[in-house]
Amino acid sequence: MRVVIDADLCQGQGRCFSIAPSVFGFDELGNGVVLASGELSEGELELARLAVANCPEHAVGVVE
Amino acid sequence: MTIEKTPVADFATDFDHTDPAWVADPYPIWEDLRQRCPVAHTERYGGAWFPATHAGVTQIAKDTENFTSRTVIMNDGRPDELALPSPIGVAPPITSDPPFHQIARKLILPAFSPGAINPLEPQVRSLCRSLLDRLEGRDVVEASWEYARLIPPSVIRQMLGFPEADTDVFIDIVHTVTESVDLPMDERIAAFEPIEEYFVAQIEDHQANPRDDLTTFLLNAEIDGQKLAVEHVFGTMILILVAGIDTTWSAIGSSLWHLAKNPSDLERLVREPDLMPVAIEEFLRFYAPVTMARLVKHDMEYLGVAMKEYDWILLGFPAANRDPAAFPDADRFVIDRAENRHVAFGLGIHRCAGSNLARLELRVALEEFIARYPRFALADPDQVTWSQGQIRGPRRLPIRVG
Ligand code: HEM
Ligand code: SF4
Repeated sequence: MRVVIDADLCQGQGRCFSIAPSVFGFDELGNGVVLASGELSEGELELARLAVANCPEHAVGVVE
Repeated sequence: MTIEKTPVADFATDFDHTDPAWVADPYPIWEDLRQRCPVAHTERYGGAWFPATHAGVTQIAKDTENFTSRTVIMNDGRPDELALPSPIGVAPPITSDPPFHQIARKLILPAFSPGAINPLEPQVRSLCRSLLDRLEGRDVVEASWEYARLIPPSVIRQMLGFPEADTDVFIDIVHTVTESVDLPMDERIAAFEPIEEYFVAQIEDHQANPRDDLTTFLLNAEIDGQKLAVEHVFGTMILILVAGIDTTWSAIGSSLWHLAKNPSDLERLVREPDLMPVAIEEFLRFYAPVTMARLVKHDMEYLGVAMKEYDWILLGFPAANRDPAAFPDADRFVIDRAENRHVAFGLGIHRCAGSNLARLELRVALEEFIARYPRFALADPDQVTWSQGQIRGPRRLPIRVG
């Protein structure tokens, strides 16, 4: 499982990095970036899923 | 001058967002519209459409092919091609369309990114505390006029690096700007004169004495290797004032209004301060203060209706946030709503550039108010008044704190 942000869809709404600060960060424009590399812990995965459900732009995904 | 308007009989065919019924309580109107006709129409304002659903608002917000942002405040009269500002618009990026929009937006985003905004928390907090100190000893405080209203302009004044001694002058000037957005163009220009004078003097002072603030940031910003003209810097400052002040004031005011009326939510936040970030998103969803406008670019069938070139679209992010198709229990305020894809800050390329700042101000303003007054209630519900127009929030809000 890993997380992705579609940079074409992300508008920097900032929900992902507020909800899951260990998984997502932001760049100098305030757009979301994925910080976590490799396998996510259970807890991180749960937060990442919450980020998916809160991104108004549908830009965050959890993929196999 | 206010023109007497005929009251609205049917919002589906003759809506008016300034009608007293809409101003008092728009939510049942929107729910009724969602059930009867997903897109309402009016001949007022020269012809306008209002999609009441989350799907309709989303589709239009993301569609810059068929809609333009060249004016985002719906005013009387049908706009015509000659009177319309260019696609760059008067207040880039909010009134710009692609491709210029992206350039103007990228210019200001770094100044409002979390990296730039998060460090402001201590100064926002001490500002809120000092405003509350001024209210000390009273049993009833004016939570909108004397608290919420004063926070956003004071924060922006600090960010711009304008003198602290000018705080009151600045707040007055800003008030003229934000109150003037509904005026016809010529009156607006007249209202702007004193502001322009004050701002240009500040800009010149910053040119002579650069320092670490937003004004210097804008003066150093470049498009294609060229520094911005003073008019562009001034225009951007005006946009930040217009976009960042009444909006945030309204969000803080509505949230305090809610807590004054819902003691169980207030108790919960006092008991569980960590819930605040989640609660903030629900405040933003439930009481989203900002409705925008677009213009139709050309005649077309869209969302099942026949739109004409230069018809207005009233883009109701607050209505989208109450659509049961997008939010379970949409008309219930759920303070710990975990899944909340609300659109209070808009969607797509014009997403609120100031959202990180707005969230910071809203959170700290509520945290400090609650810390000072862990129990409070409306002093007199009949004295609460709401703004009229595209920004919705309480303007008078007497709250009993003692
Ligand atoms: C709770 C407070 C606020 C709300 C609800 C809000 C809402 C919005 C919305 C809905 C838009 C989209 C406009 C559109 O689609 O046409 C927008 C754009 C914008 N907002 Fe905010 N806003 C708030 C506070 C602020 C603050 C504090 C600032 C800056 C100091 C700000 C600056 C901007 C700017 C510059 C844009 C234009 C972005 C663009 O066109 O690319 N806003 N805001
Ligand atoms: S929540 Fe969505 S839009 Fe926002 S920064 Fe994250 S990915 Fe981007």
